[in-house]
Amino acid sequence: MAQQIIGIIIAALLSQNFILVKFYGICPFMGVSKKIDTALGMGMAVTFVMALASAVCYGVYYGLLVKLGLEYLETVAFILVIAALVQVVEMFLKKSIPALYKALGVFLPLITTNCAVLGVVLVNVQEGYNFLLSVINGAAGGLGFTLAIVLFASVRERVNKADCPECFKGFPIALISAGLLALAFMGFSGLKIF
Amino acid sequence: MNVKKQFTEGLLTKNPVTVQLLGMCSTLAITTSLFNGLGMGLSVTIILICSNVMISALRKVIPSQIRIAAYIVIIAGFVTIVDLLLQAFLPALSQSLGVFIPLIVVNCIILGRAEAFASKNTVGASALDGLFQGIGYTVALVVMCVIRELLGSGTFGGGLLNGGLGYQIIPDPYPAMKLVMPVGGFLTLGMVIAFSQWLMARLERNAKKKEAAK
Repeated sequence: MAQQIIGIIIAALLSQNFILVKFYGICPFMGVSKKIDTALGMGMAVTFVMALASAVCYGVYYGLLVKLGLEYLETVAFILVIAALVQVVEMFLKKSIPALYKALGVFLPLITTNCAVLGVVLVNVQEGYNFLLSVINGAAGGLGFTLAIVLFASVRERVNKADCPECFKGFPIALISAGLLALAFMGFSGLKIF
Repeated sequence: MNVKKQFTEGLLTKNPVTVQLLGMCSTLAITTSLFNGLGMGLSVTIILICSNVMISALRKVIPSQIRIAAYIVIIAGFVTIVDLLLQAFLPALSQSLGVFIPLIVVNCIILGRAEAFASKNTVGASALDGLFQGIGYTVALVVMCVIRELLGSGTFGGGLLNGGLGYQIIPDPYPAMKLVMPVGGFLTLGMVIAFSQWLMARLERNAKKKEAAK
């Protein structure tokens, strides 16, 4: 069990990084990576929602869908759970932890359409993880997301100041720097502890 | 609505991938062979047309406070239908696209078009918009696939032509494997977008020159 947990964490953080290897959540990765602070905020919000969504969707899938024989509705059910969850988290933070809400608030609505969240929940079900492993996979995946987006934001802050051909300005050069970052992460691909 | 204008918008000037920069995840992840690209492009096109029509037909009924949730449920319904159909009739495609089929739900193109177009226009115009945006998406995917497959595995039409093997164009030891790996996705998309920006800047310049010559 401990081996499995460590294996999942290493995979989600490095060797199977959600963004740079599996391509979940590219839109926020590109959209909110212009500054390190905002990237960190987004990463934290995503991590929080991913862990929570993994837990709730585990309950919904095994407690409701499997019992009723409605497994084929998983996509619809999960996206509804995620959308509702994001709303609840937003309202809760607004009322009880205003400081955190101020830091994360703008990113929360964006998370509903972040494929990393739906992706991790679907993968949890596909892999047949139990409750604990699902939550760990969600949290570690979110941390992997944070790691990648913060690294990328720091690269991008510098690249934006560099001089490059007119047609490469903006998005294309950002994608190419992301490609180089992905190349670096490929170095982890053989990483296996057990 | 002008059909020709919608067509050029979907294909070039407002192409969902190269200009609006939507739906990056699937664009980067699955464009490793022509079969995957075409399959994904067509699935998204079908879902986009259906959801656009449905949302446009219901646009006066859905209260605006909960419209996003309503759109997502409609989209998720169509995605589930396509997912189940692919599992039943094209298991090979379903296998190779994997989790990216259900992830079409959160593909920003579909929600984006619902919000920006279908919620404000008639059913017919929305269907056409879905079709053209879908074609624009498919074309961008196919371009990515052809480049990555040719340079990465040296084949053309893998999974589709020549009994699924594709035609070997670059002989065996030469293709750069990296291009079918994640790195290649980022690099190729960067190049493709840069090219489309260059092309559009050039077209604009030429149009201006013509104006000036008149």
